[in-house]
Amino acid sequence: MTPQASQASAAAGLVLSVKDLSVSYGAVAALQDLSLEVAQGELVSLLGVNGAGKSTTLKAIAGVLKPTHGAITFQGQPIGGKTAEAVHKLGISLVPEGRQIFPMLTVAENLRIGAFGSYKAGSFAEDLEDMFQLFPILKQRYRQAGGLLSGGEQQMLAIARGLMARPKLLMLDEPSLGLSPTLVDQIFDLILSLKQRGITILLVEQNAERALQLADRAYLLSTGRVRFAGRPAEMSTQVDIAAVYLGEHGAVGAAVPDGAPAASASSATPGNPAASAGGAA
Amino acid sequence: MSLATFIEFVVNTLSLGSLYALLSLGLVFVFGIMEMVNFAYGEYITVSAYILYLLGINTSLPWPLVFLLGILGGAAISVISEIVAFRPFRGRSVEALLVTSFAVSLILQYTAQITISPRSKPVPLPGFFNQSVNVAGVVTPIRSLLLIAVTVLLLAGFSLLMKKTVLGIAMRAAAEDFTTARLMGVPANLIISCAFAISGVLAGVVAIFWVGRSGSAEPLMGQAPLLISFIVVVIGGMHSLVGSVVGGFIYAAIANVLTLVLPTSLLSFREAIMFAIVIIFLVLKPAGLFRGSYVEERVG
Ligand SMILES: Nc1ncnc2c1ncn2[C@@H]1O[C@H](COP(=O)(O)OP(=O)(O)O)[C@@H](O)[C@H]1O
Ligand SMILES: [Mg+2]
Repeated sequence: MTPQASQASAAAGLVLSVKDLSVSYGAVAALQDLSLEVAQGELVSLLGVNGAGKSTTLKAIAGVLKPTHGAITFQGQPIGGKTAEAVHKLGISLVPEGRQIFPMLTVAENLRIGAFGSYKAGSFAEDLEDMFQLFPILKQRYRQAGGLLSGGEQQMLAIARGLMARPKLLMLDEPSLGLSPTLVDQIFDLILSLKQRGITILLVEQNAERALQLADRAYLLSTGRVRFAGRPAEMSTQVDIAAVYLGEHGAVGAAVPDGAPAASASSATPGNPAASAGGAA
Repeated sequence: MSLATFIEFVVNTLSLGSLYALLSLGLVFVFGIMEMVNFAYGEYITVSAYILYLLGINTSLPWPLVFLLGILGGAAISVISEIVAFRPFRGRSVEALLVTSFAVSLILQYTAQITISPRSKPVPLPGFFNQSVNVAGVVTPIRSLLLIAVTVLLLAGFSLLMKKTVLGIAMRAAAEDFTTARLMGVPANLIISCAFAISGVLAGVVAIFWVGRSGSAEPLMGQAPLLISFIVVVIGGMHSLVGSVVGGFIYAAIANVLTLVLPTSLLSFREAIMFAIVIIFLVLKPAGLFRGSYVEERVG
């Protein structure tokens, strides 16, 4: 195990643990032996180029995709293979890529569905007020169809909808995608304030720089495997992030944790002695 | 056109349109959530009709109770067929569900033939079903007026259910994007069972009025309503509940106009002419009158 990973497990509460997860779409393997952990109150970033397997990872955790191999444990309970609604009930909210609000439902109805599994009249009203504080625009647009909102407003609705269930783990899939710079700032400010409230967050981002600023720890994925796991500072020094995003595996000069097969790991890190360090689990 | 002819045309179109609207709503409702054309839908009407027949022949229950049991029977067979036959294929190909629903349709037809009779059976109905009243000088069957009233009430209730209850909101969410709805904790089984229950209730109500016109039940009686509802849904748009209702009234209006204007010698070609109109319509407007703005997704 990497020092970072053991640090995470040593922390008081390990909320999520993914071990050797493999997922495929038909014959195409999207994830191979992927392992990651999220501790109580942590903000963990999942980075990687388009097609690296970030969304697949979140969908497998959320129960949308069935793992072909590996274990997913949430608060000590195995959840791999459970249905999406069952996983949600345990306290995991996924704010999906591309927002996926219900465009023909009103903002009010979108939020009500967000609280579908956890509805209690008193706490619902409270949470709604809370969301109006976080996102005043949703109060103004409360009776409008979700599809009439702008992209940024839809993203806020999607996040608010995810929060309505009071999740123990909030997973955000590229929340800044396609937004203007000002809105991107707003979204990252929001993520920071959610973190400060103590919400445990697993954040998938293309915007690696911003995501690393907020994160306690980060994982770098490429072609369905973890190429790096560690603290943001280490990642910045050991990985040429710009090069990773151009798709050069050689840019990853860091450990591959948890016994990822040596072949691809070493081919990804030619001539770098650090590569062998993390191999031993 | 005389005033009497006009009133007759309006009442006929409204009552026939009501029947087609309820019929099509039941088909499109399941389609919206499951992306599945349920070929067994017509047989839910058949099952309801046979329940009316069996209770009418063998018991002396009051007719409101008989009707209620007939409707509940339609809902029950709909929900049961989903759990037993469709659920195992859920998330597989659309074709698998299509073929399965075809099989369920045939099984129900054969069951009726074997257990009851291959021939049609007269269904006892309350006397007022065959009585008429005078509306502005036009002799109007009471059941036509009843059908219009029942349809107004049902559509109002349905609309309230879909807009004001959590279950209705969840069903609309699931019709828009089933996967995301499940991510919010909306249980797939509950939503699908409810959709089939509602579809079956509508089939049961249709059965009462369908039998009210023909006076009988027979094993293959579900085929005609299935075909009509399919055409109506294609006119209205596969993805729109409102479209299926509006389409029902349009289809009824076309049928009644043709009846009025066609010379007697051509009346037997009415169905063929209607199909021709529908085909022309589809060439002009392939997506139907109403397009749901959402992207359909199958239950995974
Ligand atoms: N529905 C799908 N069917 C087949 N392959 C898919 C599907 N979704 C994603 N993939 C493939 O799986 C891999 C990982 O995709 P994804 O998890 O969406 O990546 P990311 O979110 O990191 O951009 C990619 O190679 C992608 O082409
Ligand atoms: Mg993605």
